Amino acid sequence: MIRLRAVIVKELRQISRDPFSLGMLIVLPAFMLVLYGFALNFDVRHVRLAVQDRDKSARSRELVASFTHSTYFDQVASPPPGSDLAAITERRVARAVLVIPEGYGRDLAAGRSTPVQLLLDGADSTTASTVLGYAQALAGEENLALVTEALASSGGDVVAPLRLEPRVLFNPELESTQFLVPGLIGFLLMITAVLSTALSVVREKERGTMEQLRMAPLRTAELIIGKTLPYLAISLLATVIILVAARLLFGVEIRGSLLHLLVAVLLYLFGALGFGLFISTLADTQALAFQAGLIASMLPAILLSGFIFQIRIMPAALQAITYLVPARYFLVILRGIILKGEGLLTYWHQVVALAIYGVAVVALASVRLARKEH
Amino acid sequence: MARAVELVDLCKRFGAFQAVDNVSLTVEAGEIFGFLGANGAGKSTTIRMLCGLLAPTSGRASILGIDVSKDPEGVKRRIGYMSQRFSLYDDLSVRQNLRFFAGVYGLHGPEARERQAWAVSMSGLEGKQDRLTGELPGGWKQRLALACAVMHQPKVVFLDEPTSGVDPISRRRFWRLIDEMSQGGVTVFVTTHYLDEAEYCHRLALIHAGKLVALGTVSELKSVFAGHAVLEVVAPRVADALDVIASQPWALETSVFGTRVHVVVADADLGRQQVEKCLAAAGHPPTSIERILPSLEDVFIHHVERAEAARAGAKP
Repeated sequence: MIRLRAVIVKELRQISRDPFSLGMLIVLPAFMLVLYGFALNFDVRHVRLAVQDRDKSARSRELVASFTHSTYFDQVASPPPGSDLAAITERRVARAVLVIPEGYGRDLAAGRSTPVQLLLDGADSTTASTVLGYAQALAGEENLALVTEALASSGGDVVAPLRLEPRVLFNPELESTQFLVPGLIGFLLMITAVLSTALSVVREKERGTMEQLRMAPLRTAELIIGKTLPYLAISLLATVIILVAARLLFGVEIRGSLLHLLVAVLLYLFGALGFGLFISTLADTQALAFQAGLIASMLPAILLSGFIFQIRIMPAALQAITYLVPARYFLVILRGIILKGEGLLTYWHQVVALAIYGVAVVALASVRLARKEH
Repeated sequence: MARAVELVDLCKRFGAFQAVDNVSLTVEAGEIFGFLGANGAGKSTTIRMLCGLLAPTSGRASILGIDVSKDPEGVKRRIGYMSQRFSLYDDLSVRQNLRFFAGVYGLHGPEARERQAWAVSMSGLEGKQDRLTGELPGGWKQRLALACAVMHQPKVVFLDEPTSGVDPISRRRFWRLIDEMSQGGVTVFVTTHYLDEAEYCHRLALIHAGKLVALGTVSELKSVFAGHAVLEVVAPRVADALDVIASQPWALETSVFGTRVHVVVADADLGRQQVEKCLAAAGHPPTSIERILPSLEDVFIHHVERAEAARAGAKP
């Protein structure tokens, strides 16, 4: 206990001597949350739309209104007939151009089918397909209304045969930030936790103090716990700051139990800090430990965790690798607790997986730390 | 009573490189034992094996009767170790370093406070406890590192090149501390490549290319020249003079020290005449020829040359 306390006190003093690193560990994650939270937004809203209404009838205005009254499109230009429509998307004045031909109102009244043109900027294919989807849905609604109206006026008693009534659970607005913020938390915690322990041990190696520690009658467990606990506290503080920032900036509310969230975060941090220790037993310089730690924590946490790319649609080999990525399990738990308000028990598979990961990396790290040189 | 330090046929091999080659020696309690050799001779490797930091390839080492490979933790509790890097935390104050090392050695309560106070007075850092360790001059850091290493009052202390990069006055002061520790019954095992420091040691071991080439007190080591004389020759062109003398059959050994040539001969007076004659004949008349007492350096070079010759003979 005396020895463990000595290591913890020393570690805390060294951390407090280095306000820059401390700031990096605490403030940087919140800063990154803001940056990524705003930048990583998959929602397509307020698409700039140019409208060329050559008909200028009540009907055509009705169609334009159905586009612009949704939150999906904003009308930014009304190019007169004869102007170069391709140039409008080329100069990025608008992403889409809606062209309503002359005689649109008249053809509708006469019961004839009439074409409406949509020009779409396909350079950003993801956005373009989303925009196309919106446009088709709006046109479909308009069509249904027109058909119903026509049938009604011909005296038939009309009921639309199928009406889909979607109700979106847990994220009713379908905001991607709700989905992304938990992933972001997993990603940010992974990086800061891994780097903090990785650098702290390698620093001792570089300065030669590690040898002095190994000469002292200090047990490996005392060294590991003493090195990990201070950073666990700092990472928890960073977690709180991230959650508060997520609430204030993105309206991400924690629906589930805070206690369950704490347990999940502790379990995740345990594995991340242990992984940092393991890296530190492999690297000999701080520069190497930093790079290795960054790559080994950041890339899997972004690419293989289900944070941005769905694991389900990855190739089988890649999916197999994701089972080794703790963020994969953590994200499921985190989304469950934060978005759905569920408890840890629902996710006991993931909890067990995180625990196994943590025990395995800490065991690896202690074997490497305790070993004698040969 | 068990020997303070005992090495039996200790070997360490790194791949094809034999770093320590069959070293056997014993150190008695309270001795200051000097471990001398050039850089890379195997000094640090040996000391790291003795402290349990490095596993030997073969052979055995025991400290105070405890086998290092069987009970490394038991050994670690009983020894102090200080490396040439003065492994302190530069970003902590003197007081914080002392507290940390006291805690790491499991000291607490009044005992911890007493040992810390002792460490401060021993290293002469009174009134500087709140200074950052990184800002201290080398000599002070060195004494603080020693104080931290012996905080738990070990019976055996290993010092790996403790005086490298420290000014001469601090070095002298440091050796006085070592002397005091030895008088208190502590065994000090110290490596150095400063031959002048070897004079402070009770006994010395010379190590060359991993092999123990000589072992004994300073005067015992110097007695390898018993029955011979060492002449110091000053001549205007040292290199030429050396070539001339070295080719003579009566010159047993030659070596250059700055502007002087040391020559080992069987008889002082005869040797003096022979040196004068051959140098004059070669056109480099000597400025002076004097008989000197052999220094440790002469002893060291003597052993290294013999070891090299033996190695060359073994590998035709």
